[in-house]
Amino acid sequence: MIRSLRIGLARGGIELKQTLTTPTDLWAYFFPALLLLGTVFFMRNAHVPGTTFSLGASTLPGVLGMGLALGGLMTVSQQLVVEREDGTLLRAKATPNGMTSYVVGKAVVVGGMTILSMLLQLIPGVFVVHGLHVSVAGWLTLAWLIPLAFLATMPIGAVIGSLFDSPRNMALAVLPIFGLVAISGIFYPITAMPGWLQGVAQAFPMYWLGLGMRSVFLPDSLASVELTHSWRHFETFGVLAIWVVLGMALAPAILRRMARRESGSAVAARRERAMATMGR
Amino acid sequence: MTLTGALDAGTELPADERVIDVRDLRMRYGTRDVLDGVSFAARRGEVLALLGPNGAGKTTTIEILEGFRMRSAGAVSVLGVDPAGAGERWRARIGVVLQSWRDHGKWRVRELLKHLGTYYAPYSTAAIRRPWPVDDLLEVVGLIEQAGQRAMRLSGGQRRRLDVAIGIVGRPELLFLDEPTVGFDPAARREFHDLVHRLTDVDETTILLTTHDLDEAEKLADRIVILAQGRIIADGSADALSRQVAGETEIRWTRGGQRFVHSAVEATPFVRQLFLQYGDDIGDLEVRRNSLEDTYMKLVLESEGGLR
Ligand SMILES: Nc1ncnc2c1ncn2[C@@H]1O[C@H](COP(=O)(O)OP(=O)(O)O)[C@@H](O)[C@H]1O
Ligand SMILES: [Mg+2]
Repeated sequence: MIRSLRIGLARGGIELKQTLTTPTDLWAYFFPALLLLGTVFFMRNAHVPGTTFSLGASTLPGVLGMGLALGGLMTVSQQLVVEREDGTLLRAKATPNGMTSYVVGKAVVVGGMTILSMLLQLIPGVFVVHGLHVSVAGWLTLAWLIPLAFLATMPIGAVIGSLFDSPRNMALAVLPIFGLVAISGIFYPITAMPGWLQGVAQAFPMYWLGLGMRSVFLPDSLASVELTHSWRHFETFGVLAIWVVLGMALAPAILRRMARRESGSAVAARRERAMATMGR
Repeated sequence: MTLTGALDAGTELPADERVIDVRDLRMRYGTRDVLDGVSFAARRGEVLALLGPNGAGKTTTIEILEGFRMRSAGAVSVLGVDPAGAGERWRARIGVVLQSWRDHGKWRVRELLKHLGTYYAPYSTAAIRRPWPVDDLLEVVGLIEQAGQRAMRLSGGQRRRLDVAIGIVGRPELLFLDEPTVGFDPAARREFHDLVHRLTDVDETTILLTTHDLDEAEKLADRIVILAQGRIIADGSADALSRQVAGETEIRWTRGGQRFVHSAVEATPFVRQLFLQYGDDIGDLEVRRNSLEDTYMKLVLESEGGLR
């Protein structure tokens, strides 16, 4: 077990290094960062309603929280679907203890990619907008929020990935996730949503990760524009912890079920289907 | 034609020499038996070809042996273990050559083999050192020059050699290859056959490969098991299979402008008789012993006719 963990860490490290030396991948990290920086740049002189605080500055942390959620949910599920189709997973299955190391490696590489993307947005961001500040308490919050974010979202991402047989019908998963972004107070205040939508948003990690990141980077006075006028760390921890438990309960069994179905002929069939779709 | 005598050849092996032991294997999808009463065995160090036309059940059989599919009935033992419930220790002793598409595209050849080798290290024994040292492995499969290349930059043939390298990096006692040369041009096929011969030279690896190409089976295998419509219809060395059908020799001739064809068990006395009787009237004489290819085609056709 320790060994599989170590091999998985090594695997994640190698893949992280690979993605950082692949130009198309780098573009995929820089492009959203540029888009975001452009957006907050144009919002920098607007104010959060009822305050004198920059709207751009108040949006940025929420977007970082969204990035954490998307990394865990979407990157994990997409990679799983793609690597099931291309046979990476079958190779893992054909290797002793390969699945464990594969999963560990995936967590490492997606975690690394997500944090990297976050830094690419945050570091230039603090020069574009003003008012972001991290206190000692903020660092402590980050220390539990980020690991909890990954634990709460990656297993769910793995479950989503297991349910789709082809990257081409992943849109079915992407749409609801973007719906969640829209109602989670990332770009548009949740307080302006109808009550039932607020309820829906608060059932999912997206909202709480946005809130948690705002609590880290924004002055405490801005908690006044949030629901219940507080940062609600206790609730944040609680909801994310429930998702951790849920994900950890579901993911291993569903991943195992998915892996059980992998075989050379299953991969060959998928490859043929993919070729047919691409040829059209 | 049946070759039931040959069917027993596999099971005559002493039990402890059987790397693969399959008895009365059945695979049923819905109401259809895709495999029906399949029995065969493989001896340590043997190269066994599972030969059969498309849809015969080769992939189904090999995936059951690899532990990737659950069978409907029958007894299967691979390296002394039932693949259906085998653990990671067993997994470390077998190798599977997968037909890759574009997995691990960003990995460099050496990096990938070195990484995959680490999974096998805990299963190293005094007799079998695992994994295979990367440099030796690169040499065996002929990828030394490509060691630093990313997998996605390899040519088709190089990529297949990488697939083989991945399959054997753990120094497997038993290696599975499912239609390894399908889609190859003749040169690539020849090269691949050489690689398989090289493998059997350096290690006492038992190999089970499937093919629909008789020629390939003859070139690579010590023993051929012919599968058609989910049943084994012949089992033996290429020579033995040829000899069993050598009973059938075809004699063609013309006499008085008419063509004649005759099948005889013993061609020589028949032809002698022919000349004694008609002498110079005989023309265009052809005596042709059935090749294994004729037999294979005949067996396949018969089994199709017999079941449909
Ligand atoms: N999962 C499955 N469900 C139903 N039928 C299957 C399945 N897998 C294989 N078959 C059928 O079993 C037969 C043998 O298939 P296969 O083992 O792939 O043959 P081969 O590899 O010799 O070409 C085929 O007729 C195929 O359609
Ligand atoms: Mg097949």
